[in-house]
Amino acid sequence: MKQTIEEFLAQDEQKELLRLLTAGSVDDGKSTLIGRLLYDSKRLYDDQLQALKRDSRRTGNAGENIDYALLCDGLKAEREQGITIDVAYRYFATSRRKFIIADTPGHEQYTRNMITGGSTANLAIILVDARQGVLQQTRRHSYLISLLGIKHIVLAVNKMDSVAYSQELFESIVNDYKSWLTTQATIHFDLQPIPISALCGDNVVERSQNMAWYTGPTLLQHLESVAIDSDYDLNRFRFAVQYVLRPNQDFRGFAGKISSGVIHVGDTITALPSGKQSTIKSIVTYDGELNYAFAPQSVTLTLNDQIDLSRGEMLVLSNQPRPQMGHNLTAMMVWMDEQPLDSSKNFYLKHTTHTVRAKISNIEYRVDINTAQHVATNSLSLNEIAKVCITTAEPIFCDPYKENRQTGAFIIIDPVTNYTSAVGMVLELNDDSCQTKEVVSISLSKLGIGIEHREAIALLCKELEQRCGITINCTE
Amino acid sequence: MENYSLSHLRALEAEAIHIIREVAAEFSNPVMLYSIGKDSSVMVRLAEKAFYPGKVPFPLLHIDSKWKFREMIEFRDTYAREHGWNLIVEYNREAYEAGVGPFTHGSKVHTDLMKTQALLAALKKYGFDAAFGGARRDEEKSRAKERIFSFRNAFQQWDPKNQRPELWDIYNTRIGAGESIRVFPLSNWTETDIWQYIRLEKIPIVPLYYAAERPVVEIDGNLIMVDDDRMPLELRNKAQLRRVRFRTLGCYPLTGAIESDADTIEKIVEEMMVTTRSERTTRVIDFDQEGSMEQKKREGYF
Repeated sequence: MKQTIEEFLAQDEQKELLRLLTAGSVDDGKSTLIGRLLYDSKRLYDDQLQALKRDSRRTGNAGENIDYALLCDGLKAEREQGITIDVAYRYFATSRRKFIIADTPGHEQYTRNMITGGSTANLAIILVDARQGVLQQTRRHSYLISLLGIKHIVLAVNKMDSVAYSQELFESIVNDYKSWLTTQATIHFDLQPIPISALCGDNVVERSQNMAWYTGPTLLQHLESVAIDSDYDLNRFRFAVQYVLRPNQDFRGFAGKISSGVIHVGDTITALPSGKQSTIKSIVTYDGELNYAFAPQSVTLTLNDQIDLSRGEMLVLSNQPRPQMGHNLTAMMVWMDEQPLDSSKNFYLKHTTHTVRAKISNIEYRVDINTAQHVATNSLSLNEIAKVCITTAEPIFCDPYKENRQTGAFIIIDPVTNYTSAVGMVLELNDDSCQTKEVVSISLSKLGIGIEHREAIALLCKELEQRCGITINCTE
Repeated sequence: MENYSLSHLRALEAEAIHIIREVAAEFSNPVMLYSIGKDSSVMVRLAEKAFYPGKVPFPLLHIDSKWKFREMIEFRDTYAREHGWNLIVEYNREAYEAGVGPFTHGSKVHTDLMKTQALLAALKKYGFDAAFGGARRDEEKSRAKERIFSFRNAFQQWDPKNQRPELWDIYNTRIGAGESIRVFPLSNWTETDIWQYIRLEKIPIVPLYYAAERPVVEIDGNLIMVDDDRMPLELRNKAQLRRVRFRTLGCYPLTGAIESDADTIEKIVEEMMVTTRSERTTRVIDFDQEGSMEQKKREGYF
């Protein structure tokens, strides 16, 4: 027995993590679905179940049955109003994966909450009520999910029990949805439609006895098996310096989380914005040095050369395409603040570990999220989404969000209230005036200069860099 | 062949280290709340990892309610010494000298004075602008909705309806004078994750988590351990030796034991897989009133 539990734990420790978002309104049975997943995968304890049964009778909306929705609506105001007003996170695990569910409200006035919950999700479940079919809200949720760059989508057609488990109806809803998708040039989903009944448990965890015509996976089977390893871009190395570690004179390490890509000891890196180059000396962790590291690991890198590098700067691999760099970017931005955008105001823009002053210089258009139409405007209010131009006081280095969710995202902070007023996803940097500086490489040994002169040469290089607007890469 | 996938534990670890470093980089005077419990032990290890080979650049703060299990205090002092932690211990001297305790004043008054008020006073005394806590979202309904970087106004209060949006791994750390942020690096961990990580990393924990024969009294359905003679004599007289362990640790009169034979981590995890009660059922304070954790948090409790 002891052997078994240890083997079990060794295997269990290796599970993958899947983050998912549920989109839909209370009426679609979203909370019921989550409650069902927790219940059927045995993540509910007796005392929670008893409290749930008690609360179901007292305040529930499911008659004599258990109201699973009460599990998810944790805050008092929500229990009173019967709606979900913020993001709640729920956790459960099976033998294959650990899941984090972001349960977010469906109403249009809670768009910002849905955006918040979905920002880290790998997969989204879009709920559709089988009696209602594809609604405007289904299209709105789909647009938001695609804006966030979530690739894997489950179209869960719920309440199949109330339409006599009709295959015909299910197929017509799925076809409706697919034909709408084909009209949306910007949306590319890996789509899995599943007919379910959250209330009765059909095709959620257990295969339905009532829909023999459906041969695809149950919801949980799909969540356990969908391939998510491609969700981090492993091709382009991006590392924002988060913290400089200098415990003693001999150690200078750059700590941070790898945004994307893979790094090996010995690789040649370029620091941004300086353009200086060096090679990776070691990848340090508490558990020992690594030969390579990859996203999203948190590591500490040391370099073979002493180059100026501080928080907010970025390391990239020298032989790979660089991120875009500049002062002017266009982005899709979601306004999250009760106070409307005042475009005369200066804001802070935080991107990776880099915070800069920024101005919203132009609103190209606002998107009507129900119809995806572009609307001209000169202000933005809560929950509105727009294509904007932003000018930053210092150059930033980023990738388009659709290529890299880590280096393509930013938040906008109000400098007076300190509230997170908006969040954005970079479309592109369009800055002709701000090319990377010219880089000159100097090797002291090649020039026959002794190492004892290094400090003097470094001072000279700094002076030259300032006067000539170039970058000097000085190595020993 | 190189492997580029992280297990869920390593992904959670990477996320927590990122959060801890972000606080160290952006705040001028952070502190890590240390409760001596299993979650705190994991959080301290993650802080050690975040700054290796350097030392953790902020102190640990323990708010001593003066009613903790004696074994907890011994454990705290031993590990603080062995690991060279910069440990601050604070308590509510005034209430302590007035003899405040759960047996005489009830759990509500005790928790408010010896925990919440003591914490608020300590944060104010040192002027900490960010405080790490080991709370997890799977513990309780109101915690499930709290941000990782959770804003507190100048009165240290949480406003659940007006939380800052928190997206990706970009945390808004800006605050005004007198305001602060509570930071929860273990937000996305579950109780099972904590135990698996303790096992994987061989993190030392207070022996009270393991089953042993201990003197306990049944009070209102909770098995309360007789840890010292401040427990009223008529209760102490009813004590029986039973084989028990603790799923959470706090003030001894407010922390119920469970009967168990689990004396290794493997057995604890095995027990958890089949258990039918959530860990907070052993916490007496949660049951004071409906929504009681949300209420406490609004008032400044962790």
